[in-house]
Amino acid sequence: MQARGSVFRYGDNVDTDVIIPARYLNTSNHKELAMHCMEDIDSEFIKQVKQGDIIVADKNFGCGSSREHAPIAIKESGVSCVIARTFARIFYRNSLNIGLPILECEEACDGIKAGDVVSVDFSTGIITNETSGKKFQSEPFPSFMQALIQAGGLAPYMVEKGKQA
Amino acid sequence: MGMTMTQKILAHHAKLDSVRVGQLIMADLDMVLGNDITAPVAINEFPKFGKKTVFDKDKVALVPDHFSPNKDIKAAEQCKALRTFASEHSITNYFDVGQMGIEHALLPEKGLVGAGDLVIGADSHTCTYGALGAFSTGVGSTDMACGMASGQAWFKVPSAIRFNLTGSLNTHVSGKDLILHIIGMIGVDGALYQSMEFRGPGVASLSIDDRFTVANMAIEAGAKNGIFPVDDIALAYLDEHCPRKPVIYEADEDAEYERVIDIDLSKVKSTVSFPHLPSNTRTIDEVGEIKIDQVVIGSCTNGRISDLREAAAILKGHKVAPWARCLIFPATQKIWKQAMNEGLFDIFVDSGCAVSTPTCGPCLGGHMGILAEGERAVSTTNRNFVGRMGHVKSEVYLASPAVAAASAIKGYLADPAKLQEER
Repeated sequence: MQARGSVFRYGDNVDTDVIIPARYLNTSNHKELAMHCMEDIDSEFIKQVKQGDIIVADKNFGCGSSREHAPIAIKESGVSCVIARTFARIFYRNSLNIGLPILECEEACDGIKAGDVVSVDFSTGIITNETSGKKFQSEPFPSFMQALIQAGGLAPYMVEKGKQA
Repeated sequence: MGMTMTQKILAHHAKLDSVRVGQLIMADLDMVLGNDITAPVAINEFPKFGKKTVFDKDKVALVPDHFSPNKDIKAAEQCKALRTFASEHSITNYFDVGQMGIEHALLPEKGLVGAGDLVIGADSHTCTYGALGAFSTGVGSTDMACGMASGQAWFKVPSAIRFNLTGSLNTHVSGKDLILHIIGMIGVDGALYQSMEFRGPGVASLSIDDRFTVANMAIEAGAKNGIFPVDDIALAYLDEHCPRKPVIYEADEDAEYERVIDIDLSKVKSTVSFPHLPSNTRTIDEVGEIKIDQVVIGSCTNGRISDLREAAAILKGHKVAPWARCLIFPATQKIWKQAMNEGLFDIFVDSGCAVSTPTCGPCLGGHMGILAEGERAVSTTNRNFVGRMGHVKSEVYLASPAVAAASAIKGYLADPAKLQEER
């Protein structure tokens, strides 16, 4: 399982209100939510993001509200992975539950800047900055989590697991 | 090794004798909560879990409180989705407009959470119920759907920070000032993935409403939960509201804490969080001259009766500054009626405040008090992120009901103690 794309780079404490402002939460339509992703801190994001791109941020990414609309908007915008120094705990759980892979890696955050092309191998946890040639080691996902992400989230994973049992 | 209060509740609900930090457990749930923003997503996910109905119709609570009374057609559709789902699954605890209150004030008031319970809610401020000695935490919609289907959720057992409280709070200083003081000290990720356990002789001096406010904002320090011991004050509240027998857990003497922070409550000053993070705090004597346009008093953090009494005591006989607006949001119908019967509404209306029906509306920039470009609000709510209450170039200053009321009169961020001296 892999991801590859160019990087949008953000700082500390990117909160769920800027990832998807509450004024757009009167819908749970994924495409509508994605249209406003990151709007309040980076109005260029949604115009520039391409399928597969990667968000890299610093501490406490996704802090604030429990709105699952935040990882949904990010995933639906085409982003294939979020890498940060740390994540807020509800956002962390929500992202994996909807099948958006996210990784904590201090060194990668030190060594990646906006516009770099980065690839991630989720089975080994290796993050490669193809622009600089540097490699970083993050904690690889255990096989169940890779299966959960590949299934598209917790619900389809539980159903698949149920069928196998 | 001993366990913290949180660890004991988790162990019991996972049917284990003990748990250790970092352990992954599957635990039984006493209540699963959702609102009109998060539950529609969960309702869409629910059928995917392959269950025809919810695990227990008495242990699911649906509260359309965010964009209701319906603010627009889309919001109306979301509230309708809750209503339909509640009807199809015969959900006992569905509260439509008229019974609806802000969820985290409503559930304790209705006796739906008790001491020792394990509660998840698809709302980050679900951690509020720690005031009653419950483990409660915010989750997302998929976890809510899974919880409604199975009655279970997985957790990673958290480590804890112990806050050892001594002394008592000064006049005009409240639970809000205490929690803002703490968040200012440890930061918005200061308790990331951890429990915040409040202990020590100072706990006895905090009212139950103060404790709700403190536990409510544990999430703003990144915490998984905030929790108080079940003492006589908590028991008195539970006795009045919750028909179930409280299950009391106490932290072991040798429980391990990653950090112990001593706080002398008598040293805590009125505290304000400046834009755009709850941790960006200043004490009231250091705020300088901040002219404001709007004051909001209410929310799951500070919309309870003692908050309204505090605000009314300060507003009584005064007018809101001519350039400012002051909006009051009692958190539930019961609190609304109580405030009315106590004459608080006369004071508010005579001062030039507007009193609303319960809603989360303005707190998250939903409706009923949106800020224009460049406007500033003093608010008793819980978040002041960029664009939180409206325009991306508006500002929110988080404060206690006393500071908010004093600021409404002055039209500037103001110290309620100083206002009192001037009288």
